[in-house]
Order: sequence, then structure tokens, then C-alpha cells
Amino acid sequence: MHSKKLGWLLLAPTLLILGLFGIFPFLYVVWVSFHEWNPFAANPAKIFNWAANYRKLVFDAQFLASLGVTMAFVFFAVVSEVIIGYLLAQAFMKDFPGRAFFRTIHTLPLIMAPIIVGSIWKLMTTPSIGIIPYMLKHTVGFDLNIGTSAVAAFAITVIMDIWHWTPLVTLTLIAALVSLPSEPFEQAQIDGANKRQIFWHLTLPMIRPALIATVFIRLMDAMRTVDEVLMLTGGGPGSATRYVGVHIFREVFPRTNYGYGSAVSVIVLYLTIVICWLLYVSLIAPRTRKGSS
Amino acid sequence: MKLMRRHRSWLSVLFWIAISFVTLFPIYWLFVISVKPAVELFSTPELLLRNVYWQNYIDVLNNPTLRGYMLNSLIISSCNAVLVTTLGFLACYALTRFDLPGKESIFFWTITNRMAPPAVFLLPLFLLLTQVYRIGDFKLADSRIGMILVYCTFNLPFAIWTLRPTLDAIPRELDEAAYVDGASPWTVISDIVFPLARPGVAVTLILTWVFAWNEYLLAATLTNFNARTLTTGLSEYVTTTGTAWGIMAAISVFTLIPALIVFSLVQKHIVAGLTFGAVKG
Repeated sequence: MHSKKLGWLLLAPTLLILGLFGIFPFLYVVWVSFHEWNPFAANPAKIFNWAANYRKLVFDAQFLASLGVTMAFVFFAVVSEVIIGYLLAQAFMKDFPGRAFFRTIHTLPLIMAPIIVGSIWKLMTTPSIGIIPYMLKHTVGFDLNIGTSAVAAFAITVIMDIWHWTPLVTLTLIAALVSLPSEPFEQAQIDGANKRQIFWHLTLPMIRPALIATVFIRLMDAMRTVDEVLMLTGGGPGSATRYVGVHIFREVFPRTNYGYGSAVSVIVLYLTIVICWLLYVSLIAPRTRKGSS
Repeated sequence: MKLMRRHRSWLSVLFWIAISFVTLFPIYWLFVISVKPAVELFSTPELLLRNVYWQNYIDVLNNPTLRGYMLNSLIISSCNAVLVTTLGFLACYALTRFDLPGKESIFFWTITNRMAPPAVFLLPLFLLLTQVYRIGDFKLADSRIGMILVYCTFNLPFAIWTLRPTLDAIPRELDEAAYVDGASPWTVISDIVFPLARPGVAVTLILTWVFAWNEYLLAATLTNFNARTLTTGLSEYVTTTGTAWGIMAAISVFTLIPALIVFSLVQKHIVAGLTFGAVKG
């Protein structure tokens, strides 16, 4: 329809910036991942070691365990965020007094930096000084100790993530919901459709692209969570909350194990891409195929 | 009937008050910590404040370095949010309106830039910004423009992915009609598509601003002084001799204020699109 030249021109700045700051660092990380490299060791040279880093990784129990807990973390956090976020976005569609005020309040967690969120949840949940264990002990007698209980630490990181990121889901879904045309909904009501039918046959298909984009963003951000969890639990107790982002951070910073850290990053990036690609193909491809036939 | 509706809207208010308690509690606790002297921090926690101790705030306000950090954070995140939203909008216009070969692959590739685990990518970015991308003596590292560009790696894909559903939902017939009337592509983008996409643009602007404002690992590695941001300023209070939680909390409360202002300015625009019935006419 229009000249393709104009289309490429509109895309050019994006491709240029992502190329300069995205592709080169990625290629560098791939290159380093084939080396034994510890810049602060006695021998700081990069030693090419074929795929030894990758071989090590496949048998690294700590990495595999961290991959497992990451998947659990991502699953519980993202599923809860999407469900709660959608319900809250839908609740904001009604007109009620003080709606703008409550919407601002609800978005407040977003404006806190992850390191602040991690610190504040640490101060709230550390046994003996935190308010949450204190209240739980004195009201229901439950002993919450994120320093010793793996389950408690895991649960608190999930709850923290839900608290912090549900507003992102709510906001993007509000933007999708307010953009919906009103005629189909009025028509459906005239035709006597009930709420459930309207949700499954109208709302959901119409907001699906925005919903998928939001799920993707949350999914990949949860996969690479570092700052919050590092501040809150430091990956412990043991390795109960040592999510892959934290694992890589620990390999690279205290241990300066760059070669191995790079290999882990490449694999994690690869896994994230595969998961997202599978979701993308299964959720979006059927729609476009239907549309073109 | 009318009475029942009013009754329901008050139920909504009650529901939101309950939700707000959960949302606000950690922020309230942040404030509580910021107005406590360090010694009280490690005693038995109390839900309500007895006495308020403002010294942490006075310390923060009297610190000129932190004021500089605040300015850097404001400039970097505002410029970055505007830049990525503009570029993302143009890119999405190209992706939704033009029949470009391989555009779905390009679309998916953009988001892979956001998936990278950050810790390992710090080093190559550091090398690029200090050694490769430099003009004479000017290096991108430790400069505001450098940080604005680096933040595009995670914010630009985000902008593209949140704006695309919005632009997809705007009927192409509207553009076509304008082109038939002899409008230039620029007029179509700015006068027809942009106003209709306002809720999506507002949300993108807010969220990219927030991501840039809150970013920590990259800022900590790539800046020393000139472009140091408030979040890295925070970490300077986590030292080997212990963390100055009170001051840290006071700075955190300060970081909330500009964010709150930006939020309330942009939130107005998240309202229903203007003319979705326009296609029929």
C-alpha cells in the first residue's frame, strides 16, 4: 500500500539503537562464554576452552536447582499477577467516587525501585525486627522466619513480586479496556448475554493482544529478577530463592567467574526466548492464520 | 434502581479502601523507618509512630551530591521515556501499516533484547561505552546521553510491545481515508493515529519512565559521578560497616515524589478513545 522505504525509515532508529546496544553486547557474551575467564585471578587472560562451560552447566546441580525454583517463582508470580491485575482493571472500569485517586494509589508500588522494594520487604519480614513476623506471632501464633524456612522465603519473594508488579498488569489492561469499542458490548447486552459469555466471547478475544504482550513482559522480567530478591533474601536460605538472575550475579560478582557466568546467561536467554516463542506461536499464530484465510 | 446503583458504587469505594491498605502498607513502613533513629530500628516493631525524628530528611536535603543525582535521574528517565515512546510509536506504525518482509521476526527480535539476564551484560556494555563508542575525548560512559541510549535496550522493546496492540486496534480505514484526502504520512500519524492511541501512549510513557527511574544495576556500573542516578545514590548507604536504613528510607521517600507528579500528570490521558464509531461514517 505505502512505499516500503517509508516503513523502513520509521523502523530505522529502533533497529539502529537496538543493534548498537543490543547485538554487540550479546555477541560479546556469546564469545566470552566459550572461554575460561576470571579477570581478577592470577592469570587474567581469556583461555579458549571450547564448550567446557556449557558441559559444566549441564551437570551443575546448583544451576539446575536454581532453574527449577525460578520456574516455580515465575509461574506463581505471573499467574497471580495476571488474574489479580485483570480483576482490578475490570473493577476500575466502573464509575465510582474517587476513582482517579484510587488508581494513583494502586500504581504507587510501581514507582519504587526494586532495590528499595527488596530493602523494605526485608525490614518488614526479618524475624525479631520485622512487623509481619511480629504481628503473625502475636495474632495467630504463626512463626514466620524467612531466614530458616525455605517455603516462607519463597512465598515472601512471590508475594513481594505480586505486590510490586500487579499494578503494571492493571495499567496496561486498563489501557486496553478503555480502548474497546462500546457497540458490541451494548449489542450483547441487548441480546441477553450473561457476564460470563461476554467475558469469554467478547472481552477476552478483544483484549487478547494486549493481554499476551503483558504476560510476556511479566514473564521475561520475572525470569531475570535480581535486585529485589538479592536485597530481600540474598538467594537464601540455602538456595531456596537463588533464582537464575541471582545465580548469575553471584557467579559474576563475588566469584568473578565471567566465562561460566556468560554461558549461564546465554542458556537462560535461550530458554526465555524458547518459552516466549512457543507461547507466541501457540497464542498468536492461530489468530493470524484464521485472519488470512 | 438508582438507589441500588449508588449503593453499589459505595461498595466499590469500600473495596478499594481495603485494597489500598495492602498497597500502601509497605510504603507506610518505609516512611516509619525513615523517621526513626537508628537505635529504635532494631527494637520490637510497633505499628504506629510515637515520635517523629526528622534528622534523616535534614541530612538528605543538606547533601548537594544527592540533589545532583536527583536531577540526573529526572533528566535521564524523562528523556528516555519520551525517546522510546516516540521511536516505539513510529516503529509500531511501520509494523502495523506496512507490508515489510520479515516484520514479525523483527517484532519478536526486539523483545529478546529485554530478556537478557542483566548481570553478565554489564561488562560488554561497559567496554562499549568506555572504549568503542567515543568521539575524541567524549565517552558515552558516565554521560546522561549514554544512559539514555543504554536504557533503550530494555525500554524500547517494552514500548514496542505495549504500543502494538493499541495501534493494531485502530482501524486502518481511518488512515486510508486521510491518505485519499491527500494527507501526508506525518499528518496521519500525528493527527489521526496518535490521538486515538492516547491511552496506550500514556501508559507506555508512565511505565518506561518508571523502568528508567528505578534501574539500578546498569547505572551502578556505567556511571561514576556525572550521570549517577538516585538509585545508585541509595546503594552508597549500604556499606561494610552496616546499612544506614533510615537515610536510605528517607531518600526512597524522596524518589517517590517526582514519580508521583509524573504519574498524576500522565494518568489523565488514560481515558476512553475518542471516536471509535468514526469508521462507519
